[in-house]
Amino acid sequence: MASAKRIYADFKVFSIGYLRNKFGLFFGLVFPVILILIFGAIFSGGGTGTVNVYAQNQDDGVFGQNIGSQFLSALNESTTIKVITVNASENFAEYLKEHSASDGIVIPQNFSAEYLAGQQVNVTVYGNPASSTSGIVGGTVNGYANYFNLQRFNGSLVIGLTSASVSTEQKTYVDYLIPGLIGFSILTSPMFSLVNISSEYKKTKLFKQLSLTPLTKMEWLTSKVIWYIVLTIAGFLLMVGVGVFGFGAHVTISAWLIPFLVLGPMLFAALGMLVGTVTKNPETAGVIGNIVTFPMMFLAGTFFPISSMPAYLQSFAHVLPLFYVTEGLNNVMVYGNINGALIDIAILGIITLVIFVLAVKLFKWRED
Amino acid sequence: MLPIEVTSLKKYYGDIKAVDGVSFSVNKGEVFGLLGPNGAGKTTSIEVMEGLRERTSGDVKILGLDPWKNGYELHKKIGVIPQEFTFFEKTTPREAIKYYANLFNVKVDADEILKEVLLEDMAKQNFENLSGGQKQKTGLALSLVNSPELLFLDEPTTGLDPNARRAIWEVIRGLKAKGKTIILTTHYLDEAQHLSDRVAIMDHGRIVAMGTTEEIIQKHGSGERLEIHGSEKLADYIRANTELEVEYNSKGEVIVPLRKKIDALAALAAAEQSGLEWGEIQTRQDSLDDVFVKLVTEPIGEQGNMESAERTNKKKRR
Repeated sequence: MASAKRIYADFKVFSIGYLRNKFGLFFGLVFPVILILIFGAIFSGGGTGTVNVYAQNQDDGVFGQNIGSQFLSALNESTTIKVITVNASENFAEYLKEHSASDGIVIPQNFSAEYLAGQQVNVTVYGNPASSTSGIVGGTVNGYANYFNLQRFNGSLVIGLTSASVSTEQKTYVDYLIPGLIGFSILTSPMFSLVNISSEYKKTKLFKQLSLTPLTKMEWLTSKVIWYIVLTIAGFLLMVGVGVFGFGAHVTISAWLIPFLVLGPMLFAALGMLVGTVTKNPETAGVIGNIVTFPMMFLAGTFFPISSMPAYLQSFAHVLPLFYVTEGLNNVMVYGNINGALIDIAILGIITLVIFVLAVKLFKWRED
Repeated sequence: MLPIEVTSLKKYYGDIKAVDGVSFSVNKGEVFGLLGPNGAGKTTSIEVMEGLRERTSGDVKILGLDPWKNGYELHKKIGVIPQEFTFFEKTTPREAIKYYANLFNVKVDADEILKEVLLEDMAKQNFENLSGGQKQKTGLALSLVNSPELLFLDEPTTGLDPNARRAIWEVIRGLKAKGKTIILTTHYLDEAQHLSDRVAIMDHGRIVAMGTTEEIIQKHGSGERLEIHGSEKLADYIRANTELEVEYNSKGEVIVPLRKKIDALAALAAAEQSGLEWGEIQTRQDSLDDVFVKLVTEPIGEQGNMESAERTNKKKRR
């Protein structure tokens, strides 16, 4: 087919040119890996931070005293644990799973009554035996149980520990960082490149020249999209490799990632072209490109999980197209939440279609 | 059917009349030069003919096709070098030729084309490392990939050094020898004169003169004249003692327009008779430069290069 032949010819000449340009390669492939190395080293270092522990207090209290709450606040004052309270009505094991957490504590129902009566009562400690944090949590809870026992009963065993094994893997920062940085490179590489190319080609009249050949603008854009998909997949493999082998990241690789690795570059290549097309000169195009790109770069869950941001920024993130890429990648790679990923794919698909059609419509080979 | 037929072509941008009623046609195998200062409407005209711009009115048929409506069809049959040709920086001329061959779905011998445009040595250099002349040659090479019968060359030598210009001329002459029809815009008079069979001089969106350079000179230039270095008195003496028209110019030359060759003899006899001193003599005819200066309202710079004219013209357009 002649069209496929032209797309291939354009793809070939563009990719060879790209590979000969050290800057493009650096920003496309090497830079995101460097970011993983930097951020990974900063945040996965000594493990000196406190461990987040989900705690459910089922204790009703007795005589106006709730020993369960006292126990949890004591734990919260330790330097090793931060207690996150879970509503007593939740199914605790499910709750941990949903939050991709493995460390948790449950105070049983008659805790206060039994404790005050000097009857043995057990606190259940949830943890993944394979995770280093479960040891920290177990040790801390045990320490405070002993303290409570000593205080009232001269050390005789009243509060004991039961452990419950949780299979949820403990997520580390690197686990979130990898999908985030894949999103980052899906955004930056095609976006900056196409903003630059489309405004530059317009200025140097290269588009005019190409319009004198049988190549159509649709074919031209398609070949760019294909190249950035190839580049994205190469970057993806590289980043996953570095994350897994360099930082022991736990990420799931599945076919559900493909829509994101295809739609993402397509969306941002088209968006870059749109910016380059509607602006008058390369300088303005660069500025508009940055205005569009930078908020996404930082607020769409690339460097930090969205959940760690204040609520108003979280709602803002939802209008950023990149958000659906990073959320989708996280859903597949980190949470194993395929239903969530399907919604992201649907939203991303619609945004991509709109931007792509708009870019092709507004983009002119020739002037009138 | 002539390769190019343009009738009453107009292209307006609001109040600005970039091209204001231009008509001409180009014969098969002819090199046709569009000459004029920048802003005269050459590039706009040529881009309308190439199908890159829509015309405001008029009739344009290129190889029998309407270039705007049938642009896609037309582009397969023509070759074009746009003004200030550029290409992908990291692509070599050889790769560029192969790229175009794939786009046009034709088989070409890249080396053959490189040889034709005198660019064999630079076949493997990235475009960004080529000199201005080599870049233009790459453009020429690409315009030949689809073996077009008709070539549009828009200021192919602007900004090149004299050697590079001559090298491009040589290539263009080679193409002419092969029977290609070529339309060429330039603001170098010598280029138009050396390469074109016929020339149209454009100014302010109109054609002010058209024909072979000889025809234009004959029609718009003064005829042959005798120039004698001497005093104003000498001019007066010749005027009084012959039936010739005599002028005197600021360069200290007595000018005698010659209706017949023999008029020169009468003028010289009178000069000798006068007893006044006179020096160097020569006969001259208006060159294309002279005619150009007469026809184009803007002043003209050195060597037929109208950079200054260009600037004043641009200012006017704004």
